[in-house]
Parts: sequence; C-alpha cells; structure tokens
Amino acid sequence: ELRARLRAVRHTVLVLSGKGGVGKSTFSALLAHGLAADETKQVALLDIDICGPSIPKMMGLEGEQVHQSGSGWSPVYVEENLGVMSVGFLLSSPDDAVIWRGPKKNGLIKQFLRDVDWGEVDYLIVDTPPGTSDEHLSIVQYLSATHIDGAVIVTTPQEVSLQDVRKEINFCRKVKLPIIGVVENMSGFVCPKCKNESQIFPPTTGGAEKMCQNLSVSLLGKVPLDPQIGKSCDRGQSFLAEAPESPATLSYRNIIQRIQEYCEQHHLQEEKIM
Amino acid sequence: ALAERSNLAGVRHILLVLSGKGGVGKSTLSTELALALRSAGKRVGILDVDLCGPSIPRMLRVQDSAVHQCDSGWVPVFVGQDKAIALMSIGFLLERPDDAVVWRGPKKNALIKQFVTDVAWGDLDFLIVDTPPGTSDEHISTVEALRPHQLLGAVLVTTPQ
Repeated sequence: ELRARLRAVRHTVLVLSGKGGVGKSTFSALLAHGLAADETKQVALLDIDICGPSIPKMMGLEGEQVHQSGSGWSPVYVEENLGVMSVGFLLSSPDDAVIWRGPKKNGLIKQFLRDVDWGEVDYLIVDTPPGTSDEHLSIVQYLSATHIDGAVIVTTPQEVSLQDVRKEINFCRKVKLPIIGVVENMSGFVCPKCKNESQIFPPTTGGAEKMCQNLSVSLLGKVPLDPQIGKSCDRGQSFLAEAPESPATLSYRNIIQRIQEYCEQHHLQEEKIM
Repeated sequence: ALAERSNLAGVRHILLVLSGKGGVGKSTLSTELALALRSAGKRVGILDVDLCGPSIPRMLRVQDSAVHQCDSGWVPVFVGQDKAIALMSIGFLLERPDDAVVWRGPKKNALIKQFVTDVAWGDLDFLIVDTPPGTSDEHISTVEALRPHQLLGAVLVTTPQ
C-alpha cells in the first residue's frame, strides 16, 4: 500500500540533525515555501516529530484539523500546491503531550505515509525530531518503498552540536541514506545597527565547514542568525517572504537551489540508467 | 535472602531536567547546576539519559573516559575540579565518539533502567538527571525506574520563542 501511495512522489528529502534546536523545522518549512514558489510544483511537507511538532505553528496552520475522505486523510493546504501533515493536527489542544513509546510512534508514521492522500507530489519534505531512533529508523524503512533522494543535515557551529551531527552522518551511512549536504544555521550575527558581526555560537572546532571536510560531505551553506527568523516562525509566516533582503534569506535561497539541483540531477541520472 | 541495598538508597534528592524542546540548554543547565551545587559543598551526581545525543561528557571534559564495574554495579566517572561529581552517560560506553546509537525504544529502555539501578552512586545530596528532548521512551522509562525513590521534582528549561 505504501508503494502505491508513494509512487506519485518524484523527490523525497529528509531533514535530519541529531541535535535538537538547530533549525530543522525552520529549514523544512522554508524549503517547502521555497520549492512551492514555483506554482507548477506540488510540494508536500510531512512532520514526523510526534512529541514536539513545530510545523503547524511555523506554517500558520495551528488549530487546523485533518479531514478524511474516500481516498484517505487530506493534508492541510497552506497554498494550493503546498500540503502539510503533522501529529499537531490530530491533537485536541496544542498543549496536549503525546507521551508515546516507540512502537506507537512508528504506527502513526506508517499511517502518515499510507493513509494521507498527497496526490501527485514533486517534492516530499520530511521533518524529523532530533536523534537517531525509532522515528528515523522507521521513516527510512517505510520510505524504502519509494526512492529517497537524500538527507539534508542541519547543525549550528558549536562542537556540542557537531558531536551529535557526526553521529547522524554515521547513521545515514549505516542505513545507506545519501547525504545531500549539511546546513550550518545560526552562523554569525550581524547587528542591524552597527553592522558588526559576532559569533554567538563560536565554531570552536572549525564549525560545519571543518566537519564536512573531514567527513567528505557537502556544505550546502551557512545561514546567519536573524531575529526575524524566529519571529516569522512564531507567527506562522514565511521568513523568505517577510524579509526578502536579509542575508539569511539569500543564504536559504542558495541552499534551496542547490538541493533542487541535486534532486534534478539524480533524476536525470536515474532516467539514463532506466 | 538479604535485600540488597539499592544503589539509589544513599541519594537524598533526585532532580530531573526536562524540556520537550531540543537545544534550549538542558545539558548546559544540568552541568552548571551540578558544578554550582558542588561549589556549595554538596555531593553531586549527574545521570545523562540522552542516549542519542549525550552532551554531558564533553561539557565536563571527560569524553575520552571509560567506565568500570564493581560489586554493586558500574562505577561512575568522577569529574570536576576535585573529581567529586559522579557522572554516568552512554557517551562512556561508545567505542568511538562518532558512533551513532541507533536503537529503538525497548533497547533504550533497558539501558536506562540499568543506568538507574546499576550505577554505584554512593552517598549523594543531589542526583541531577539530564534528559533528551521529547516525551517518549527515555522519559517514561526514567520516571518509571525512579518511581520507588523520592523524586524532588523537575526543572523545565525553555527559550523565549
């Protein structure tokens, strides 16, 4: 059944970290907005963070509920070409804690893939919780029914984050998940008044750049800290649309483009092989 | 049969550091709290139950340490300036620091239970338990394993947004 549902998905990108609070959900949301800016593309954003689903709030969809139809669960649409699914939509109150052990979480993730009627999708983006556990094993397992283009791994510059991210990279290698590249968030802060740059999270061991060099993975880009990002997330608005002139927007757009190019390239390679 | 003295029998107060959200500073706070309590002359231990992303060993500069066994179980690693803070973390059990602990719930639960019952904590005024983000296996198992003992309470950490 999974295979049938996922047959209509052209590209799948997993957003991972290992470390919490580095900007996975923020990035997933902006990647979705960025890709959906092309109205000819159909984008799906799946939030499998069962305990701490951030996507509904970030996409301005808090309070929305999931509807059932003959063809399955209907995603919640932000735009005509951008649909979202999250456990957040299944809670009666946003403060309800989902206190589930692994097997129950796995069950819901399977349902998200099997029962949601995404329709034809050009890009399926999957936002994950921090760690290397049930959710991550399950999503890789269930998505083996389709083709995963790869993982985008998010980090911040400090060693305490990189430590966890290296584990995540090893997880990807262990489960043979291709790594599209690494995004370094919160990479410096430029004061809007004096224009001085500060390192709020100093890269004491060389940051993502050094880690990527050491582990032979691609550094997709560095995104500076911009307080507007957090604000836009809290308000459920697209930061890219609200702050088009921010250096962070420019970074995000470049990264999104690189991800698109990676996916298109691989598609071409596959078509050649077939 | 003689009842064995529980490894937690000598621990006066057990404190959980929780959040729900990742990256808000739970491990940082756990570490600073332990150091501050130690500074105030208390006997302190830290139990790091973040199995996927154990941060405490690095924060206390003992990421290269290993743990040993004794008659009553595992001997914690002693850290801090006077080597008087007892620490247990999965970080000490990894062969290499970059090894990913890719375990499903049941295996995580088993190790957490062991960490709670099989570490020879000795006499402590405070045992601080650092947790990963979320409300799942680690949290349920930790609270369940600690239930027979008196939990002082939980400190919740957040950031403003």
